Amino acid sequence: MSDKVPVTVLTGYLGAGKTTLLNRILSEPHGQKYAVIVNEFGEIGIDNDLVVGADEEVFEMNNGCVCCTVRGDLVRIIDGLMRRKGKFDAIIVETTGLADPAPVAQTFFMDDNVGRKAKLDAVVTVADAKWLQERLKDAPEAKNQIAFADVILLNKTDLVDPDALSEVEARIRGINPYAKLHKTERCKIALPEVLGRNAFDLDRIMEIEPEFLGDGGHHHHDHDHDHGHDHGHEHHHGGGLKHYHDEEMQSVSLRTDQPLDPDKFFPWVQDLVQTEGPSILRCKGILAFKDDDARFVFQGVHMILDGDHQRPWQPGEKRESRIIFIGRKLPEAKIREGFAGCAA
Amino acid sequence: MTDPRANIPSVVERTRPVKAGAPVVAAHFLGQTAVFVLGEGALVLAPRAGEARSVPVHGGAILSSAADADRIVTGGDDGKVVATDAEGKSTTLATDAKRRWIDHVAVGPAGAFAWSAGKAAFVRTAKGSERMLEVPSTVGGLAFAPKGLRLAIAHYNGLTLWFANAQSEPERLQWKGSHLDVVMSPDGRFVITSMQEPTLHGWRLADRKDMRMSGYGARVRSLGWSVGGKWLATSGSTQLILWPFQGKDGPMGKTPRILASTEVQAEVVACHPKQEVVAVGYADGLVLLVRIEDGAEVLARKGAGAPITALAWNATGTALAVGAEDGEAGVTDFG
Repeated sequence: MSDKVPVTVLTGYLGAGKTTLLNRILSEPHGQKYAVIVNEFGEIGIDNDLVVGADEEVFEMNNGCVCCTVRGDLVRIIDGLMRRKGKFDAIIVETTGLADPAPVAQTFFMDDNVGRKAKLDAVVTVADAKWLQERLKDAPEAKNQIAFADVILLNKTDLVDPDALSEVEARIRGINPYAKLHKTERCKIALPEVLGRNAFDLDRIMEIEPEFLGDGGHHHHDHDHDHGHDHGHEHHHGGGLKHYHDEEMQSVSLRTDQPLDPDKFFPWVQDLVQTEGPSILRCKGILAFKDDDARFVFQGVHMILDGDHQRPWQPGEKRESRIIFIGRKLPEAKIREGFAGCAA
Repeated sequence: MTDPRANIPSVVERTRPVKAGAPVVAAHFLGQTAVFVLGEGALVLAPRAGEARSVPVHGGAILSSAADADRIVTGGDDGKVVATDAEGKSTTLATDAKRRWIDHVAVGPAGAFAWSAGKAAFVRTAKGSERMLEVPSTVGGLAFAPKGLRLAIAHYNGLTLWFANAQSEPERLQWKGSHLDVVMSPDGRFVITSMQEPTLHGWRLADRKDMRMSGYGARVRSLGWSVGGKWLATSGSTQLILWPFQGKDGPMGKTPRILASTEVQAEVVACHPKQEVVAVGYADGLVLLVRIEDGAEVLARKGAGAPITALAWNATGTALAVGAEDGEAGVTDFG
């Protein structure tokens, strides 16, 4: 029922290929019209009617939370673009290589006017297969962009050998095992893999599983056992991918078959994002509450949570609760302990 | 469910509908002609007698508008500032050299006007002299002081007050956060901004004392002064919120008067130019005329449609123009 305009956020470190992807999106014959918001200091050469320059003004909100930031320029530009609603089908926001995706994403949840007219579709990060490993060491922004992504294009794969590619992929997975990862040359990809993802749409949270796409495109993951396995040691996965633990940015995944008590869970998760909000970049969950026949789903960015009942549990469907957090130096033991205390 | 307003007095039948045909973003009057500003490039002029007609004024979206007695000044995403008179004759007043969006416009005393593009605010006098001031971040809103060529410029972390015809340094009023719309009280004593978060901030200019006006459920997108400046009427709630500015301390330490409660958000407010009456437009299309003194209500439009996006009184207070997000509009005559 939503006639909100979908917005795709394009991130990636300098030179990774964001503009290449953007031009590919704009030039392919898909019959869609895009309004494009580019950073003023970025690379030029975009051929489109509706291009708006943004200045990436990150504004803090006066609510006592340092991680509650919005992009003031987006509030203004999206309001302006909506006056020409009907002239375009979707919006693409290209950020600078140094931008933090969080304020962009939070703008859609914190500003009621923007949230009423537009919806965040997905954060798409373009990564340079040759240089990403270096950037992960020296550029916190690059790591942020990987951690935040719903879709990652590991680009310029032609510039590295298969071993190096496998290595960089493992590094990405050490930070964000949940994003859809595509290996590309010159950002060549079928556009439905990047656009119309509905990654922030509660109705589309179907399953939460790590995405280990091996060489043949098969799923190699094997995660039916309980938690405690997602990282912390290096080993070989089914597809031959090394398993890295990133010292700074990790994911924590929680799972339980025990029904949860909503009166315990909500205060816990609220308190967690209040206190750990700056560390938590993204979170997502499917929950089975006691005496509740509907799945509850939620997702969040830093301390902003968005959740709702989604649909009834299907007959035969395993009523299992599953949550993931992706963030910086997450207090894993504290999170696991808190979650364990939410059982009904 | 019974309608609690089924039996209040109504002026609905005095309304003549105007087909704006596209979302209305603002309304003004030029004499007896109601002018509806459409989001996409055009004005609809609805004279008291005769057909309404559409006049294209911008080659893109209209981002802002303001009016004095003779003209509507609009800023567009085509980088132009355009003035249009009651006959529909348009003149381009300024074109941004870099074709940046004209985010805000304001009209001032003696034919002066102002506009902003990004961080730059411009003022031009009736004689044609023009000055520019760059503020620390993108301009959130512009307002002229009631007297003199003094412009209030809202931006991130505060406000800049600028005497545009003097060589003195602009004054800066600091308050953390993103300041958007700005208004100055008719007596020039207070300046108020609406912020990104659902709150207003104010300064008393004499001593720069800060005032916070909070408690809103949504960002305040519409605010206006009652006749004489006794009250500041605002949207941002499911009620009409009125802050008292009668005393020398303004609303400091006081609670607002709250009238016209509904189930939906109040989107636009417009104060009557002669009486202490406020027109309030709601998210469901309802428009109420509310008397401040006792909260008495008159129904001006039934609530069963798209959100109200524009309200304006003519200078004598005998006509009210109403515009909605779905392109429906109308003029209610009281004369």
